[in-house]
Amino acid sequence: MNTHMTRRDFLKKSSLVVAAAALPGKLNIFNASLVLAHAGTSFKPHAFLEIATDDTITVWMGQTNLGQGTHTGIPMIIADELDAPWEKIQVRMALAAEPFKSPVWHVQVTGGSSSIRHRWDMLREVGAAARGMLVETASEKWGIPPKKCVTKEGKVIHPDGRSLTYGQLAKAAGKRPVPENPPLKSPKDYRIIGTQRNRLDIPDKVMGKTVYGIDFTLPGMCIAVVARPPRYGAVSRSYNAEAAMAVKGVIKVVPLENRIAVCAETTYAAMQGRNALEIKWSDGSHPDLNDDTLDALYKAHLEKSGAVAQKSGDVKKALAGAAQTIEQSYKLPYISHAQAEPINCTAHVEKERCRLWIPTQAQTATQLTASKLTGLPVEKVEVMTTPAGGGFGLRGEQDPVEDSVLLSKTLNRPVKVIQSREDEFANDCFRPASQCRIKAGLDKGGRLVAWSHKVAAPSVMSRKMPQYVKNNIDSDAVSGIRDMPYSLPNLLVNYVMVNLPITVGWWRSVGYSVNVFTVESFMDEMAHAAGKDPIQFRLDHMKKGSRPYNILSLLAEKGGWGSPVSKGRARGVAVTSCFESFAAHMAEVSVSKKGKITVHKMVCALDCGTAVYPDAIRAQAEAGVVMGLSVAFYEKVSFANGGVKTANYDDYPILTMSEVPDIEVHIARNNLKAGGIGEPVFPSVAPAVANAVFRATGIRLRELPFKRELLIRG
Amino acid sequence: MIVLNVNGTKRQVDAAPGNPLLWVLRDNLGITSVKYTCGIAECGMCTVLIDGQARRSCVVNVEDVLESEITTIEGLPENHPVKVAWIEKQVPQCGYCQPGIMLQTVDFLSREPNPTEEQINNEMDHMICRCGTHPRIKKAIQMAAEMTAKQGG
Ligand code: FES
Ligand code: FES
Repeated sequence: MNTHMTRRDFLKKSSLVVAAAALPGKLNIFNASLVLAHAGTSFKPHAFLEIATDDTITVWMGQTNLGQGTHTGIPMIIADELDAPWEKIQVRMALAAEPFKSPVWHVQVTGGSSSIRHRWDMLREVGAAARGMLVETASEKWGIPPKKCVTKEGKVIHPDGRSLTYGQLAKAAGKRPVPENPPLKSPKDYRIIGTQRNRLDIPDKVMGKTVYGIDFTLPGMCIAVVARPPRYGAVSRSYNAEAAMAVKGVIKVVPLENRIAVCAETTYAAMQGRNALEIKWSDGSHPDLNDDTLDALYKAHLEKSGAVAQKSGDVKKALAGAAQTIEQSYKLPYISHAQAEPINCTAHVEKERCRLWIPTQAQTATQLTASKLTGLPVEKVEVMTTPAGGGFGLRGEQDPVEDSVLLSKTLNRPVKVIQSREDEFANDCFRPASQCRIKAGLDKGGRLVAWSHKVAAPSVMSRKMPQYVKNNIDSDAVSGIRDMPYSLPNLLVNYVMVNLPITVGWWRSVGYSVNVFTVESFMDEMAHAAGKDPIQFRLDHMKKGSRPYNILSLLAEKGGWGSPVSKGRARGVAVTSCFESFAAHMAEVSVSKKGKITVHKMVCALDCGTAVYPDAIRAQAEAGVVMGLSVAFYEKVSFANGGVKTANYDDYPILTMSEVPDIEVHIARNNLKAGGIGEPVFPSVAPAVANAVFRATGIRLRELPFKRELLIRG
Repeated sequence: MIVLNVNGTKRQVDAAPGNPLLWVLRDNLGITSVKYTCGIAECGMCTVLIDGQARRSCVVNVEDVLESEITTIEGLPENHPVKVAWIEKQVPQCGYCQPGIMLQTVDFLSREPNPTEEQINNEMDHMICRCGTHPRIKKAIQMAAEMTAKQGG
């Protein structure tokens, strides 16, 4: 698939081009054909939709292709409202631009399961508006009212059977104003949304034709590998530039602030050159930092009272009056993104412009970074987003942008910066570790009367968006607790910020990835204490008929909750409510006497509103289970001597085939606004397994990854 | 100059004999479907076929394969059962790991034309897919095996 198109190609065609701009508080669909016809070379209103006179229909993408399926799902929405023939749709990645900013966040970013969630109305309106313009054009030609025309498979059809193709109408339609509030289809009329389609990017991926960022080349390009300090706060005392230069293919050693780059003709030469540097680093700022000191530090933080992140009712009083109270602590580690394709970025800084090719999840941030470093205005920074080999939140980070831009400026040629896998682990922006203490009380009837939850964890927001951290509260650090899907009369959430030099970042489902484990495990503990069935206990604390209530009920039904399990096995459940979707998981496990957990089956029930692209949703749900189990069983980053100890996949195992259970996915059917998918399908996996393990063994696992030794019996 | 036989074509390369095959393929020959991920034989994403056998090209020295036939994913015909099955079962997510896993599958099915689920698990336990496409990989392997059997090997 040719995903690149020059600006000239784009302008040359006469076509109908519909774009959307998200102004704060307002969504604006506009006809870019008119603008393009008069445009100077610097104006770039990249559009979502372009209908050419030869009937090709191009959907321009602003969202990053991480394999999540949006590069098919978004075109499906537009094509459906447009009544376009699916076979005529082609997808192109656009340069970063205004119209692709999220109408909610006002930045171009692929994260927070927002690609469709934030654009549900916009995407449908883009298709519907274009359809309206084509119909008006045809009806005017025929001298009949637009109401008399129908559209089907890329044609406007006259009552007498005559028809004009969209391509034939495109040029004239491109002169029309965009209708305001074009009527949208009723869900019963969807022909593409909700149907099975093959993902458009899969054939190239299977044939080996996809060019990821790391594969990108330009004439005259060199490749750079950057050595960063192996310990927090360390500085380089000495290094051997001559030895690096002696490696065949090495072009230049460039010291940057607190890091050293080796630039070479080939990747391998750059890597060898970097090894040859033999940098002597200082001990750094936190030489005592290691797994044990970290654990102790978190524990100490848990003794502080912290900031009140959420409060309703009077928890203290309610706990004092409870018939029964329980208190427990939980612990989760730092984990790595460990995405397949190492971080990379290619930059070419020229006098008048700066071009970047990068598998980024954050186009706007990338533009701003490059603009700042080059002094060029943002419009002169062209960001071409390449397909990404996974991301999971990491690919919004700006280090590779900074490095490649600075090096391209220094070397005056295109530079591709690549991280080695060891660099990946050493410099990842980890999902924060967290410890928490929860105390809750039950009344005589076994109902929850109060829940007090204190979390000690670092704050991602403080680094990424400090303006949103108020009164020492990072609301992401307590997400999943403050908004748990249960109605509780008394809730108190305290947050103790842990400040460490360890860089933390966004990781699939962000705070929910931590807190759903603790909330859902403790909910199970409370159900047990109340002598209630774990699903019934949860339902009893939800609003009857609410979406979480319904999804948990669907899970119970589809997973056969009440039915007998084979001997030695047990089931457990957990539920998630996040990113405007609702997911629930049921695990069926057995545990050997030696403590080995086998997950035989996972059932996932998901309510994500309108299921735009069911097969991609299913794929994400399967993937959420695999990643959830990987995190439950294995994943943990280790620290030693003031830096990251984990170096490569050999000490960061990831779940593989033999431990992947049968996975069943049930998607709730409704016509509500499309919600998130990639993130909601992850958080309730691990607690469902822990809860099943408890029912199998009577042993409660309160730490991730699970400690097998706790389960050794007899 | 070194001569490598890649996908049926002899290619001249200016690379040191001790360089890993992975980097010679990517850097020198521009065959970027062969992926770098770990560099230490842990993940399987750099897998290529050497005389029909799956090998991790990040730990193969180029001098050791001068006499061999090297096959990358481009070397399989577009209608190869493994490719057809991978599309049919909609396996890839990011897709980065898939060429390696598909080539491993080609080798595997040549040894085990009719694998049991357990054999699939054992074989694929040494491959990493961070996106979690495992359930679909399994289905695609089974489908490719059936297709190959129908085609008479
Ligand atoms: S890159 Fe060769 S096995 Fe991972
Ligand atoms: S599909 Fe992304 S790593 Fe396997």
